[in-house]
Amino acid sequence: MPANRFNGFTDYGIGIGLRSPHYQHILTRRPVVDWFEIISENFMIDGGRPLHILDQILEQYRVVQHGVSMYFGSTSKTDREHLRRLKYLVKRTKTPWVSDHLCWGSVDGRYTHDLLPMPYTFEAAKKTAQKVREVRDFLEVPIAVENVSSYAEFHVSEMTEWEFLNEVVERADCGILLDVNNIYVSSKNHGFNPMTYVESVPAERIAQIHIAGHSKYEKYILDTHDHPVIDPVWKLYARAIEKAGHTATLLEWDDSIPTFQEVHDEAFKANRFLAKSILACAV
Amino acid sequence: MNLLSLQRKMARAVMQPLTQSEHMSGVAPNGQKMRKYAARLIKPNDRLTSFERLEIYNRQYWFRVLAGLAEDFPGLQAILGNRRFEGLCKAYLTDCPSRSFTLRNLGRGLEAWLRKNPSWAGSRQAIALDMVRLEWADIEAFDGKAEEPLGATAALPTSGANLRLRLQPYVQLLHLKYPVDALVLKIKSLNDDTEFSSNAFRERRKHRQVQAIAKLKPATIFLAVHRVDYSVYFRRLGEHEYRLLSAVRRGRNLGQAVSESFGKSAGTSQPELSQVTGWFQNWATLGWFCAIKEKSARP
Repeated sequence: MPANRFNGFTDYGIGIGLRSPHYQHILTRRPVVDWFEIISENFMIDGGRPLHILDQILEQYRVVQHGVSMYFGSTSKTDREHLRRLKYLVKRTKTPWVSDHLCWGSVDGRYTHDLLPMPYTFEAAKKTAQKVREVRDFLEVPIAVENVSSYAEFHVSEMTEWEFLNEVVERADCGILLDVNNIYVSSKNHGFNPMTYVESVPAERIAQIHIAGHSKYEKYILDTHDHPVIDPVWKLYARAIEKAGHTATLLEWDDSIPTFQEVHDEAFKANRFLAKSILACAV
Repeated sequence: MNLLSLQRKMARAVMQPLTQSEHMSGVAPNGQKMRKYAARLIKPNDRLTSFERLEIYNRQYWFRVLAGLAEDFPGLQAILGNRRFEGLCKAYLTDCPSRSFTLRNLGRGLEAWLRKNPSWAGSRQAIALDMVRLEWADIEAFDGKAEEPLGATAALPTSGANLRLRLQPYVQLLHLKYPVDALVLKIKSLNDDTEFSSNAFRERRKHRQVQAIAKLKPATIFLAVHRVDYSVYFRRLGEHEYRLLSAVRRGRNLGQAVSESFGKSAGTSQPELSQVTGWFQNWATLGWFCAIKEKSARP
């Protein structure tokens, strides 16, 4: 069940996040990679080297866009300039789907540039879903919302995080970018069973999966994307794949970025689980 | 508490400046105790209080935006020193929080803010302003729009006084009171220098060299910040060149641009036609001109 309407009926395998320290390696060595994920905001510019690099990548690879500042959960109206630039980029990359986070980060026109956690209320779910629909209608591509790592919970919450995710995606009729590392990080910070979360996610809506590493501190875990994926996260991934089938998977590595080969090798560990899912479908 | 109210309360706390020791302030934006403010919004858990959980976001915010400005304005940091630069950035971001979806635009209002708040740069206000303008121009030149360039011959001034050219949007023109371009180039070269294995040694050496060059003496310079093959370059211009290009940017036709540019510099030697032709050829070769429009002479 890899292809669904939330990932544009594509059948993508393992992807790697396109990061500037790897540009030269990718353009000169042309490694075999199924697809690259780009951070949309890095290319929502008018010209120059970033777009030149992107065009070269697009000549050889498939690209999927992932955003960090749409803030579906913000009460503010969506910035039209943001949408216009994003749509221009969507046309350039021909991304089959666009993902961004189930969070907020701006209010009254002021931006925190962070992925702030949502209060899990019905009011928030309704407003967030409405914004997801608006963005999808404007961009004319499927949208997948990603669960974030969080370090705080609000008193006003009326449901669990996974219930909130389900409420939003049902109301918006959109896809899910399931970040299993974020589930693990939040489970440790808030004391829930991460497997309960994975079991609760509607498998048919999973458009893509993120895997990543994190940093452990004395009293909490921070989602730093600067380490290899740990075993408990692989277990969550295995279960997600078991539920959803072969799904486009991406390793995020954003800080202390190692060589391209190291990132590539880490990402391709996902093949152990993807291969099993293909076998399971075959029998 | 509805969604908007919660988001306003949380954002105000998250964007409130940290203490000297980089912790969340004990006083909330509304004057309340921050512990009480946080406790009303956020649940504690078995390891962290509400205050501590909110503080994670408060610290992340400041670390992120301060790192963004430090990355974009290393020259200003070199001129002011680390402590004063950080103080300036905190004050600027408190007065002018980001209003853009992208961190790329974080420093857009810094020049205007610094003009209104000269105390942050003290006696180095003039050079600091020049540096901010140059570093912002560097950002604009890096990813600014490029239109289809004109060929070298199409831009010759002999084509007629009514010829109207347009400067590429990414080309930035600056009139500076200090040769701050030299400092930026030094910083860039030191950042690229991988000769030394010890980071600490390299940083100390860099600091000494940058501090020496940061004590620049005033010298009027005219500069074009542009790009070639997707890399940003600084090109020093003569005064006449700067005035000509500025007039072109303002939409003047060639005849108007020449008369405006040279009329203002009575007393200095006037350039020969061949020299002006050479300039235009160079600029056109660099791809600085785009979209030509022929217009009939105005009465």
